Amino acid sequence: MIISVASGKGGTGKTTIATNLAVSIGSGVQLLDCDVEEPNAHLFLKPDIQHRETVYMPVPEIDKQKCSLCRLCVDICRFKVIAIAGETILTFPELCHSCGGCMAVCPEDAIHEIGRELGILETGVHQSIDFVHGRLRVGEAMSPPLINKVRSMVKPEKINIIDAPPGTSCPVIAAMKATDFVLMVTEPTPFGLHDLKLAVEALKLLNIPCGLVINRSDIGTDDVRQYAQAENLNILMEIPFDRKIAEAYSRGRMIVEELPEWQPKFVALYKQIERVVNQNG
Amino acid sequence: MKELVILSGKGGTGKTSLTAAFASLAENSVLCDADVDAADLHLLMDPSVLKRSDFMGGGVAIIDSENCTQCGQCIDLCRFDAISQDFEINEIDCEGCGVCVDLCPVQAIDFPTKKCGEWFISDTRYGTMVHARLGIAEENSGKLVTLIRQEALKFAEAHHLERIITDGPPGVGCPVIASVGGASAILVVTEPTVSGVHDMQRLLQLAEYFKIPGMLCINKFDLNRDTTTSLENFAREKDIPVVGKIPFDTRFTTSMVQGKTIIEHSPNGQLRLTIEDIWNRIRQLL
Repeated sequence: MIISVASGKGGTGKTTIATNLAVSIGSGVQLLDCDVEEPNAHLFLKPDIQHRETVYMPVPEIDKQKCSLCRLCVDICRFKVIAIAGETILTFPELCHSCGGCMAVCPEDAIHEIGRELGILETGVHQSIDFVHGRLRVGEAMSPPLINKVRSMVKPEKINIIDAPPGTSCPVIAAMKATDFVLMVTEPTPFGLHDLKLAVEALKLLNIPCGLVINRSDIGTDDVRQYAQAENLNILMEIPFDRKIAEAYSRGRMIVEELPEWQPKFVALYKQIERVVNQNG
Repeated sequence: MKELVILSGKGGTGKTSLTAAFASLAENSVLCDADVDAADLHLLMDPSVLKRSDFMGGGVAIIDSENCTQCGQCIDLCRFDAISQDFEINEIDCEGCGVCVDLCPVQAIDFPTKKCGEWFISDTRYGTMVHARLGIAEENSGKLVTLIRQEALKFAEAHHLERIITDGPPGVGCPVIASVGGASAILVVTEPTVSGVHDMQRLLQLAEYFKIPGMLCINKFDLNRDTTTSLENFAREKDIPVVGKIPFDTRFTTSMVQGKTIIEHSPNGQLRLTIEDIWNRIRQLL
């Protein structure tokens, strides 16, 4: 099973929900932090990292001896990676999307692929929880290929919990698509609701069942509950604002470590998700 | 012309609330909301749109089933697994590379340009605002950010304004990189939490990479005073000015609910003075 935790707006509590859910279920769980621009789950789960690898994406390198300056590669590339200036062919590998078009059209077999460093992938464990995250190289713009790499570590026999990035564009889609359930985390404020609506619209394109967690549920207004009702979104959990939780968070402590009475509530949250996923079977 | 870009790395630290507060204090400025995939500044600024324009992204491949011979070459060529065995293209997976379009032996694949969003020039009670809405689940957020920053700059120059105040997106990837290029300075709004600190450090590395001066503002500083102190020490070591500290305050939420900036909501008292001080320091540093 794959559960993705998403939100639209940043800072609503995705990482809090993902980590607390993972430790509350306890065994048979893998947590995958797909917020590769700013991965935070490890700060709370504190896993022992056992394996680290650098992740690359293929980008073209041109053999200038073989190149006949025919321009076919320049013409096929929609991302302006290759340019010819006078008698010189230039590449801008940081713009490349790895589509392979230039290699496919080159009549001189003058292009081969080398790696552009995207970032690193780390795997580890915390007690019986498996952990994976990606960390985008600072200065690298493209996160989806690294998110896909993290996603490739999904273990089908386990409960895989994905901590998704904020927003509604391609990185979020990469973290939500082909999952069994999306848990949306919001706060009942105008910003929280506005961005939740965008995220729910994105999710409709993917056709995945979804439920809602309202964090800091006693601040703001009731509008998010009305929206949830109108959209037939089930509210699976509400967490009132508690300064103790906020202060514990600031020190890297999970809710269930500070307030153990929350552990059965997170287990119940999982049971609700499991029921929906099994029904969808 | 100066441009201040407000960023945080981590989401939810208060970028937009502070941008709006600065808008109420600043004169001769243009506002720009560069968080195009989850834009919120308009919820506080209530803009009236003066000019609306389409944002055209790249193409998306469409197979013409009349002409398609189902040779399968496009499926083999597509590195994004966007073409199904029955020759349907999944629009969400399509990267817009056009390789299938160019290499289809019977030219059966179209590549229409698609509207990916909209951008606006609007009037607000604090002057002009340039903002945008990226279509749901679209790509090209970096291109749209670049476009609206250019438009904000054009407007500011044409009207002889002093500065642009830009509300940036979270993270350190594509839209953030598009937000910082050519900026005069970035203001990093952080909070004294393990994730706030972690994400701020990555963002400052990015600023260093692009050689853009940074300033730091610590929001909700009283949630963890020890971490606040270590943030201040860190900034001193790195020679990054700390423009101020703001306590955790539920009035930020109530002002948001009322669609007001914090300055409008609490025009008197210590919180206003704190934010005014921060704005004055930023102005001097710019």
